[in-house]
Amino acid sequence: MKSLIAARHSWFEATARARLGGLLDAGSRHEIMPPTESEASPHLAVLDIPGAFDDGVVVGSGKLAGQPVLFAAQEGQFMGGAVGEIHGAKIVGLLRRAAREKPAAVLFFIDSGGVRLHEANAGLIAISEIMRAVLATRAAGVPVLALVGGSCGAFGGMGIVAKLCSAILISEEGRLALSGPEVIETVAGVEEFDSKDRSLVWRVTGGKHRYLMGDCAGLVEDDLAAFRQGAIDFLAKWQEPAPSVSNLRATQKALESRLATFSTYRDGLQVWASLGIAQPDAVPLLDRDSLVALKEGLPT
Amino acid sequence: MEKLDFSFDSAPVSRSTDPALCGVVGSGNLEILVQSGVKPGTCEICIKTAARGFGDTWRAVIGSFAASHAAGGTVIAINDMGATPAVVSLRLAQALAEYQGGA
Repeated sequence: MKSLIAARHSWFEATARARLGGLLDAGSRHEIMPPTESEASPHLAVLDIPGAFDDGVVVGSGKLAGQPVLFAAQEGQFMGGAVGEIHGAKIVGLLRRAAREKPAAVLFFIDSGGVRLHEANAGLIAISEIMRAVLATRAAGVPVLALVGGSCGAFGGMGIVAKLCSAILISEEGRLALSGPEVIETVAGVEEFDSKDRSLVWRVTGGKHRYLMGDCAGLVEDDLAAFRQGAIDFLAKWQEPAPSVSNLRATQKALESRLATFSTYRDGLQVWASLGIAQPDAVPLLDRDSLVALKEGLPT
Repeated sequence: MEKLDFSFDSAPVSRSTDPALCGVVGSGNLEILVQSGVKPGTCEICIKTAARGFGDTWRAVIGSFAASHAAGGTVIAINDMGATPAVVSLRLAQALAEYQGGA
């Protein structure tokens, strides 16, 4: 047991560069605009806050199981992975390069609360440019795979960006939503949502819930090697579909029916019961393999 | 934010990984970028820190680092978000080890 734990390298605990080291083929990573060439945020400097050399995101190229890929990895420990002007511009530039060079995939390690509020409109514009660039890259036939399992999850604008990607791989520790728990509590009150109730937060936004709901293509262990294998397995099977209005309409219809079914529920437990899970109380304690088996056994 | 610049005499270091980066600008943490400089017997350090008024502490920590490690011929840039002196010392040793290729 001890050796099993020692053999695991947590994605949640790792820095962006440590995640890249565990995900890409050994020795294949090449950073574009590394810390020596990138610039720290001028907006943070004006506010008298120290920036990061790379503005909190590592972009570049590498190989995954021998296939050429481009990557963008957000550093959640720097300002909550929030997207500022330079941070966003690096991601947008990388995605545009992907649309041109057509690598096998873009791997997008999302670990972010969304817009960096210190940068106000520049951050908001950066997020909208990322959204457009993700869609343009996919339209060029290049899959964009989001990997979510960091401490900041994927919230705010980055929650939307995650859903615009071809697919999301998530760990139980990962979270995905639009408004973050603290934001909801601040705006609507603790009666609406108690952001201190961590199990509630995970039952509503956490990786297991998102996987059961079909929002994420895969649930993986909180482990660098598991994310790597999950990405390899997903990309081996995935063919990026051409953009189509009929697919969009079908998705819209599915979302409307989902809203109609679940909108009065207050907790993931109610949603899981409604999905046909006999013992929703047991879900938070299930390990990854049991949960995947449970989901595969559900009526579709 | 406070900007601090220091220059200390230090025995020359052999380089393997240039540049070397370690740490993250997170709460109680800092990032350190080590690059090669032109003066082989000098370690130049430029610090941007969120905590004002700790210039003397920085001078003591960096001075002790430059005296106890061979760090000459380097230019070190630091972005700090309130790391304690113990964390700073550990990160400096880690960054230098990485620069020498032994991380």
